[in-house]
Amino acid sequence: MGNYIKDRKPAEDSWVPYTGLEDVDNLPSGDIYIPFEEWQTHRDAFLKRNSRVGLILENTDDVFALKDDLDRLDLIVLQFPKMADGRAFTQARLLRERLGYKGEIRATGDVLQDQVFYMQRCGFNSFELRDDQDIPSVLAAFDEMTVTYQPAADEALPIWKR
Amino acid sequence: MYQYSQADHQLLQERVAQFRDQVQRRLNGDLSEDEFKQQRLRNGLYLQIHAYMLRVAVPYGLMSSEQMRTLAHIARKYDRGYGHFSTRQNIQYNWPKLEDVPQILDDLAKVEMHAIQTSGNCIRNTTSDPLAGVARDEIADPRPYCELIRQWSTFHPEFNFLPRKFKIAVSGAINDRAAVAVHDIGLRLVKNDAGELGLEVYVGGGLGRTPMIGKLIRKFLPTHDMLTYLEAILRVYNQLGRRDNLYKARIKILVHETGEEKFRELVEAEWNEIKKTGLALTDADIEAIQAHFKDPDYETLSDFDEDFDAHLLANAEFAKWAEKNVELHKKDGYRVVYLSLKSRNQPAGDVTADQMDAIADLADKYSLSAIRSTHRQNLVLSDVKLKDLYELWQELKALDLATPNYNHLTDLISCPGMDYCSLATARSIPIAQALTERFDSYDYINDLGDISLNISGCINACGHHHVANIGILGVNKKGVEVYQLTLGGSARDDASIGKIIGPAFTADEIVDAVATVLDVYLDQREDEEEGFLTTYRRIGQEPFKEKLYG
Ligand code: HEM
Ligand code: SF4
Repeated sequence: MGNYIKDRKPAEDSWVPYTGLEDVDNLPSGDIYIPFEEWQTHRDAFLKRNSRVGLILENTDDVFALKDDLDRLDLIVLQFPKMADGRAFTQARLLRERLGYKGEIRATGDVLQDQVFYMQRCGFNSFELRDDQDIPSVLAAFDEMTVTYQPAADEALPIWKR
Repeated sequence: MYQYSQADHQLLQERVAQFRDQVQRRLNGDLSEDEFKQQRLRNGLYLQIHAYMLRVAVPYGLMSSEQMRTLAHIARKYDRGYGHFSTRQNIQYNWPKLEDVPQILDDLAKVEMHAIQTSGNCIRNTTSDPLAGVARDEIADPRPYCELIRQWSTFHPEFNFLPRKFKIAVSGAINDRAAVAVHDIGLRLVKNDAGELGLEVYVGGGLGRTPMIGKLIRKFLPTHDMLTYLEAILRVYNQLGRRDNLYKARIKILVHETGEEKFRELVEAEWNEIKKTGLALTDADIEAIQAHFKDPDYETLSDFDEDFDAHLLANAEFAKWAEKNVELHKKDGYRVVYLSLKSRNQPAGDVTADQMDAIADLADKYSLSAIRSTHRQNLVLSDVKLKDLYELWQELKALDLATPNYNHLTDLISCPGMDYCSLATARSIPIAQALTERFDSYDYINDLGDISLNISGCINACGHHHVANIGILGVNKKGVEVYQLTLGGSARDDASIGKIIGPAFTADEIVDAVATVLDVYLDQREDEEEGFLTTYRRIGQEPFKEKLYG
């Protein structure tokens, strides 16, 4: 995909969303990610493979349900169904700050230049940009603001304690 | 007053540059109006009937004279020579051009002002008591807490795309002058039995379509925990607040549907996880902010002034003004002065550029160079010497800012309504003006005493009609603008939502209807001491109904 940014650089996306869920006995190899629901029912089948596995969550899914599985997951995809729907910001912070998740957290959906700054602060480190986004402008947007007042996933202390 | 740090300045500059680019992309067509809307709305820019409207933040209602001069300059250079103070202590401009807005923001940034988060579904500018720091009934100065909330909430990465807008008010006095009960979160500084300072936390108040009084979800929160607790509330709201229906998206609906008890549990559970994080405030953190709000060097003065008393006796007009628009100050020999933005010559809350400049000069001359805005759309000079009152009054009178009506009938709140607002269902400014003209008698409003009359041009309730003793709501019935009357609301300590009295009135009838309501009150009150609300609560709606519809 040409509109994928990881760790502030354009990158090749090795991950494939997996949809052949009726056939869990013949899973392909390679990096695949699946809906949270499927993980709950077919967790063991996915873990038997020798490749990496990731999840895509609805923005209403409870991230604490993943508490015991986090070290087996290399990718968690969180969704912004509309720009104005900011629930995934909270999911990302809880994953990073409360649950200590270290893997890739990816934003997908309405992922736009003017939000990546906030997303990165909440712990997102990869971005599946909407098709119309201009990559150089998005990369520049990470640094448009350098002042941050409050603690978030990128900074444990508020400005008055730093 | 809070003095900006290097970081605060830098943030504003970066924000101006970013917004300039967003406007450029919009003008180029790279950004659709829909997406630009999300950006401009987080920067106080609305698209209205005639033009864009820009809302500039006045954090907790406090401005320097220099800032006021910049507001005048903006009104003059980029607008039509005036601005409008809103019930959220902010100022709005009704006529800026989109391409000028970046330059306006640049001019504002030079005096430490901005429009950040004055609209949009994010944490809005925090409001407070206009008498903060000078009130006689103050428990603690709320401004340092407001400033901490300002910093915490500005560009908060997690809470910039909430289900709906979010308003926080903080009050630190015995009497609530910040209407904390009708905010998404209301905080009141209180002392516990051990004499320690803490906060009462009210959640889920608000007006609009479904008016509600906030619920007290915590009786005593140590001040050190203020921000972690706010973060916990916002986090619960961001996750669980409704996004399926715009009209059910405010936190008041979440609190209502979840139930107060359950909501409290959710907040407390989240808070327990984060209360020891870096966001917890230490004594040093609080003291460092408090240092910005130290008392000025007040002179030691007597609370008696011979000349002042002589003027009171000699000049009845001055005496009326001094009785209505002047309030005691915590320091002897000083007074708080209300500048009434409710004369009969201008819409409620409007100030011209020339008035703004003049107010700035008066603040320099008489009141330590500071001005405050109030949630009833007036301005305040907070530190005027008793001996200067007469001179100040003469100057205010010449500026048409000395109408002696503070907290009286003609000190009414009115939203812009159909004259400016694209959401309006009826006009409100002409009704406000008709009322002001009809009741333009000092003796009459003096006799009525402390009373509130508020007007909104639609159910969004920007004019706070629900919490007025007498509220007027403009609605559109089959193409005709009509006005509903509500009675018995209050935005003070005894906060309550007014009740609709009966069928609506036409624009021609509504002024008479208000007059009838007032007649019933004057007729039924036990004595002159019994205020409108007390009488209304005692006698109920019936006597009013009878006279209005009988
Ligand atoms: C002319 C442009 C304006 C627009 C488009 C506008 C829009 C709105 C809307 C949609 C609401 C209801 C929000 C809700 O309940 O979720 C609202 C509420 C409110 N607005 Fe405005 N407004 C405007 C001007 C003003 C002005 C001039 C003031 C102050 C005089 C003001 C102060 C308020 C307040 C205090 C509320 C009630 C807050 C609450 O529900 O808790 N607005 N406004
Ligand atoms: S109450 Fe309605 S008409 Fe008045 S300003 Fe608000 S949205 Fe506009």
